[in-house]
Amino acid sequence: MVAIINYGVGNLYSLKSSFAAIGEHAVVSADEDEIRSADRIILPGVGAFSDALEKLKASGLDGVLVSEAEKGKPVMGICLGMQLLFDKSLEYGEHEGLGLIRGEVVPFEGRINKELKIPHIGWNALEITQPDCPLFKYIKNADFVYFVHSYFADGCDESVTAYSEYDIPVTASVQSGNVFGCQFHPEKSGEVGLKILKAFCEI
Amino acid sequence: MITKRIIPCLDVKDGRVVKGVNFKSLGDVASPIELAEYYSRSGADELVFYDITASFEGRKLFTDVLCETAKRVFIPLTVGGGINSVEDFDRVLKCGADKVSVNSGAIRNPSLVSEAAKLYGDQCVVLSADVKRVDGVFRVFSKGGRENTGMEAIEWIKRCVGNGAGEVVLNSIDTDGVKNGFDLEMLDKVCNAVNVPVIASGGAGGIEDFITLFKTLPKVDAGLAASIFHFGEVKIETLKQEMKNNNIPVRI
Repeated sequence: MVAIINYGVGNLYSLKSSFAAIGEHAVVSADEDEIRSADRIILPGVGAFSDALEKLKASGLDGVLVSEAEKGKPVMGICLGMQLLFDKSLEYGEHEGLGLIRGEVVPFEGRINKELKIPHIGWNALEITQPDCPLFKYIKNADFVYFVHSYFADGCDESVTAYSEYDIPVTASVQSGNVFGCQFHPEKSGEVGLKILKAFCEI
Repeated sequence: MITKRIIPCLDVKDGRVVKGVNFKSLGDVASPIELAEYYSRSGADELVFYDITASFEGRKLFTDVLCETAKRVFIPLTVGGGINSVEDFDRVLKCGADKVSVNSGAIRNPSLVSEAAKLYGDQCVVLSADVKRVDGVFRVFSKGGRENTGMEAIEWIKRCVGNGAGEVVLNSIDTDGVKNGFDLEMLDKVCNAVNVPVIASGGAGGIEDFITLFKTLPKVDAGLAASIFHFGEVKIETLKQEMKNNNIPVRI
């Protein structure tokens, strides 16, 4: 069973439906016991880093997530959920993250060609740098996934498993042991996305 | 590199897909759920669901159709038509919509864009503008293209983007249904006025119109069409292959 942490951020309908589509039982949950009893945990998220982190902390589920991750349970952050896994973010000030993955979250603004639009929105190709990452079991290099974000993870070369090119190499996915992150939305990335979720469920 | 998006638009009335020519005379096409699944399999990059009756008959969106679609289709979904309040945003987002487009609702209540952007993020708010030349000036029309608001279009679009609209669907009433190509002049003006993604709508008659669009205006992010896809005049697989052959970045 997969627990999708419900801390009041974002639309979880599609995420839950995407697990159903691959025949995996998923619950959207804010219940500590239920999350602890799950085989895998998803940390979703949209919106601003500090708001989301505050809500996660207010729910008390940040501690559950971190302790389950430290016990070795597969955990995956999606989009802002991935960004929360890092040490810190520079979105509207400087905020400490969950510290499960080394690195920081920085804005596109000032780091890419001014002609390019922000957010980075749409389908972009994965440049897989760690083909052995278990998330990529059923997909191949240059497959397309769907992104929507204005900030990205930086200074995390040792955990990057794939980049996408947007003037600069943008962190698309990360892995640090049993902790995974996707900057893109697997639940909105068609067949490729479903294959990534399926692979996560087999870890 | 970000690819150019191809977006079929499903105008939904009474739970069925319809397409108007210049917004009138509607003909029935198919089940929106089945059509959405078909397009997703064919390589559509995104889908737009418009409740075309909502803006003037006050009908609520067919959220059950939307919910069922979001259970089966895993590409971005934009929902529009009859979005007049943040409660309307909430209603469709809960059913799996990723973005919500506002048109007449934003004209009636311009603070809707900023309120929604604050609550759900800029990326969630799409401004849909129906624009028509009147005495040589681009004017914004409301109520499904039937009523001239008198507002100048470029200023209106800039204002909405300033208020937090994260994307613009520009529908040219002048070219809609005519199948003689997108309104390149109008699109160029909008692309130069804002720095958010611009989606071209209205006028696609064949594959060459998409090629011309993306070759002439590299700033345009996506092309949207309805009837040519619904009636199989343009197959999405063929269109995208042809885009690739023309060195237009595309997801295949």
